[in-house]
Amino acid sequence: MNPIEMNPVALQWLLYFGAMGLIVIGIAGVVLHQNIFRMVLALAIAEAGGNLLLVIAGFRFGAVAPILQDDALQTLNTSNMVDPVPQAMVLTSIVIGVGIQALALALIIRIHQRYGTLNMREVHACMMVDINKSAAVDDLLSAQQPRGRRPLPSPPESTAKRANNE
Amino acid sequence: MRNLTALLFSGGLAFLLMVIAWQFTLGDAPMLIGAAILDNAVKEVGAANLVTSVVLGYRGIDTLGEIAILFTAATATSMVLGSFAMTDEASETEQREDGSILGSSVRLFFPLLLTLGLYIIVHGHLTPGGGFQGGVILAGAFFLPLLAIPGRSINHGGIALVEGFSGAAFILIGLTALFSGQAFLQPLFEHGVIGHLFSAGSLPLLYIAVGLKVGAELSGLLANLAGISSHAAEAEK
Repeated sequence: MNPIEMNPVALQWLLYFGAMGLIVIGIAGVVLHQNIFRMVLALAIAEAGGNLLLVIAGFRFGAVAPILQDDALQTLNTSNMVDPVPQAMVLTSIVIGVGIQALALALIIRIHQRYGTLNMREVHACMMVDINKSAAVDDLLSAQQPRGRRPLPSPPESTAKRANNE
Repeated sequence: MRNLTALLFSGGLAFLLMVIAWQFTLGDAPMLIGAAILDNAVKEVGAANLVTSVVLGYRGIDTLGEIAILFTAATATSMVLGSFAMTDEASETEQREDGSILGSSVRLFFPLLLTLGLYIIVHGHLTPGGGFQGGVILAGAFFLPLLAIPGRSINHGGIALVEGFSGAAFILIGLTALFSGQAFLQPLFEHGVIGHLFSAGSLPLLYIAVGLKVGAELSGLLANLAGISSHAAEAEK
């Protein structure tokens, strides 16, 4: 069946469900996965959904691509064309997406070389150890962390004496 | 528990997106700028491909920013992966003998891909395609030998030269428009006959610059990624 001949409401929901489904699948993948490589792939899926949504925003019924060809070159008739602005924006967004994915993959390669794992939590734990080490801080001790275990050790002798005097 | 929260979050996101979608009717553009551009682009820019007149004519600075983002991503990638490329001399990773089928098909496809990429770049103002699409095909042409013959190195100096010159050419064309009394990156020259190869003023020149820059950047980026994987394979042996 020609999609243009479909019921417009059904076509609208088909297109919107497709695009938004891709976005939701991508976001869910980013949230659910522990493996950072899969998170990048999920982000790529979400990006595809976003691009599709932008292209759908420029859709017109019965319109053609915004390129003058054959007969239209003589008549210069541009009235039955889809919106060119979302297409130009998607062109931009695809190229930027490629750059960002390449950068993310480069970082992932480095992380795997350094820590030998792609699990987000393990990588995070290893990174914290490294960061603490480079800042010359004890591994498990930060300024915000309570020192010692509960019950807390009794205060030193001098403070106890001062409290008695007062 | 964590998965349940994530699923709830995704469901809520889907619901919100659907509520937004409910307010738009399909085929009824939410923006008015598109209709105005469709009416005036042929007279004002003179490119048969109206997407090109938006990308380079009306939103040229956006394209410049986009090239800058791509450049930043490529630079950052080579910075993150870079130390191998520095130490990894071509003499160290010996160039392995290529298989005859892979080698001949690469030699066959390289000129074809080069021609196709350049064709798409040069005809960016007439047909679907343009600098970005053609540039990716050019990058594919230069990446093919690296895939077929692991350990083969690519001329990084030449890539940097092409990249620098094409980026400078894009900005110079924009500055020329600025100094001739127009806005930055405004299309120059006569429009010519619409639909001919030499038409649409300076748009084809801009797209050639974009195409060469994208091609050089992406092939450098892919070569970096390929170089590190072949290095890892060497280290495992």
